[in-house]
Amino acid sequence: MPASYLWLIPLLPFAGFLINGTVGRKLPRTLVTAVALLFTAIPAALVAWLWATMKATGAPEVINVVSGPWIAITGLQVDFALTVDHLTLIMLGVVTGVGFLIHIYSAGYMAHEEGYWRFFAYLNLFMFFMLILVLAESFLLLFVGWEGVGLASYLLIGFYFKKDSAANAGKKAFIVNRIGDFGFLLAIFLIVANFGSLSFEHVFNAISANPDWHGGILTAIALLLVVGAAGKSAQIPLYVWLPDAMEGPTPVSALIHAATMVTAGIYMVARCHTLFDRSPYALGVVAIIGATTAIFAACIGMVQHDIKRVLAYSTVSQLGYMFLACGVGAYAAGIFHLLTHAFFKALLFLAAGSVIHALSGEQDMRKMGGLRKRIPVTFWTMTMGVFAIAGIYPLAGFFSKDEILFRTFTSDNPLGKLLWFVGLVTAGMTAFYMFRLWFKTFFGESRFEEHGHDAHHDSHAHGVHESPAIMTVPLVVLAILSVIGGWVGIPAALGGSNEIEHFLAPVFESGNAAEVATTAVASHGLELTLAAVSLLTATIGFFIAYAFYYKKPGTASTFAKSAPALYRLVENKFYIDEIYSAVIVTPLLMFTRIILGGLIDGVVVNGSGKAAGVTTKGLSTLTRRIQSGNIRSYAGWLALGAAAVLVVMIFGRSLWMH
Amino acid sequence: MTTAVPIAWYLILAAVLFSIGVAAFLIKRNIITIFMSIELMLNAVNLTFVAFSHMWHQVSGQIFVFFVMVVAAAEAAVGLAIIIAIFRTRQTLNVDQVNLMKL
Repeated sequence: MPASYLWLIPLLPFAGFLINGTVGRKLPRTLVTAVALLFTAIPAALVAWLWATMKATGAPEVINVVSGPWIAITGLQVDFALTVDHLTLIMLGVVTGVGFLIHIYSAGYMAHEEGYWRFFAYLNLFMFFMLILVLAESFLLLFVGWEGVGLASYLLIGFYFKKDSAANAGKKAFIVNRIGDFGFLLAIFLIVANFGSLSFEHVFNAISANPDWHGGILTAIALLLVVGAAGKSAQIPLYVWLPDAMEGPTPVSALIHAATMVTAGIYMVARCHTLFDRSPYALGVVAIIGATTAIFAACIGMVQHDIKRVLAYSTVSQLGYMFLACGVGAYAAGIFHLLTHAFFKALLFLAAGSVIHALSGEQDMRKMGGLRKRIPVTFWTMTMGVFAIAGIYPLAGFFSKDEILFRTFTSDNPLGKLLWFVGLVTAGMTAFYMFRLWFKTFFGESRFEEHGHDAHHDSHAHGVHESPAIMTVPLVVLAILSVIGGWVGIPAALGGSNEIEHFLAPVFESGNAAEVATTAVASHGLELTLAAVSLLTATIGFFIAYAFYYKKPGTASTFAKSAPALYRLVENKFYIDEIYSAVIVTPLLMFTRIILGGLIDGVVVNGSGKAAGVTTKGLSTLTRRIQSGNIRSYAGWLALGAAAVLVVMIFGRSLWMH
Repeated sequence: MTTAVPIAWYLILAAVLFSIGVAAFLIKRNIITIFMSIELMLNAVNLTFVAFSHMWHQVSGQIFVFFVMVVAAAEAAVGLAIIIAIFRTRQTLNVDQVNLMKL
């Protein structure tokens, strides 16, 4: 593919956004769909072409396209520049591929919704910014994409803006992300101050060229980047927005809040690996944040009742895994998990959407059950997703998760073994809550109300039914990907060649000697043992879920009653939202209302305004008398003025000179 | 020019005429009189122009006087027309009663 076509990849979805966003309201739905799908299909095809070009032997490992200066001031120049390396290629594949599938699905899922054109316009806008994000060659352009996907996320979470909860969730996502973005912005400032450039190539080359640079300012930059990444990728302590983001339409949850946007933080950390490698402290923080988030979110996910919320907490937990991988320097493993997670989590969300669609909007798992026979395609595809995420051999999740656990175990992080154990427990919990969801939704007796065909309260409420082909086809494609997606990374111990790691090697191998060393030392036997242990853990998770929710469906509630305080604590998500509200939001609001609103705005701003007004009015009551309308008084003033000028001219000089 | 009149005398005369013009302008209520006082001020200025022109042997001062006279003539034409118009509408020439623009 000619490098100049690279600009088309992000700009085509933007064109789709412009068309649907401006005249979409007047276009028929088929045309809106056609525009939205076409302008995401072409980039997907372009990415495939690009992939073929770059896979060809002798092809450059990095393609840079610079189209001209953007900001040029003394000491800093930022260009409009895109770059493609193998890491970008994987991200591009995920974004355009999964994005296109979800666009197709959305055409079916959103078919009856109001604001159809608006939905697709936002979705295309998201694609544009996400592609800018992954293609950017500078921190600044990355930041543009970063903010842009935040905007699209905000718009789509609040898509049902007539619902208060949706509008509030949108605001929450936006504001929590602002905190992270603030850190990111500070990191950018530090980079400008210390490197005088924002280009990845320039900054990372400068770091590589100075092997003695360690810690210090690099740690500061890395930690600030972590703040940004934690915001976007929903890590502790900024994860709170993601579960609420489920207020958006389900395809949005699948695309933005599972497969692509939330992985931007992981992408950013991986992109900046040269920087992170020089700061073991920052890497340690990343690993600890990741592991903590993984187990914490998995805990909450085990007791949620809303099917989408279970998946949301699962996403947070899996993102924690990816963070953990990056934190132990196994960036390739993190990106591998990002890839497989994009497949199976998008699948799970879409399948959950299909379940919700079948039940005419019911999201509470307590009111599901026994759906296996009623919606077979959804059931089978979701089964693939559940097995994949639970880490059952040989599905996608097994390989990527196993790779992360293995790398954590063998890392030189002093907490490596502990982190591995946390990851292992999380894997068991993941299997448990996913199978819990599976059993509660598809097995047992049905607990939902049959709507029948009498549509009284809902215009398109009809009996439980399988989704149309436009929704099931993407499900099937994603299910296949969830099964085979992991095969690109079968480790050598299991007879594979871990292709993805070789594929990513040109990106990550520079200055990453530590990782290579551990890989060499670790024996295949250890890797096999660890794989067996994690598989065993997943199986245990399965059997607990089986016992609790299939064999004797009442067991879980009896169990919950035996420790009511603990159960209530977890069910209420450890009261984190309430704590944030009490510790941060309320004091901030008080400060804003009393100090900023009352004192600064009320007294200082309003006061000075009023004072200016009153003074002017007072002066004017005096001076308005001059404007008497009496022509002779005007003349008199004029004469007086002239006389005064004369006096000054004649006497003033001699008066002031001495 | 056996006994040249000192320049100061011309200036004093001009100043006196100008002041009379100003005073009349301020005191009088009749528009015609006010108009005349303006002419008086203009001519006081003209007098200084001519005096200085003569003193420095420069003709430009006299040219200025012609300009002033032309302007004064134009002003008289327009001004008198306005005065007639005012008189026709208000039946008075008292400026204190021509106060439509007053607050």
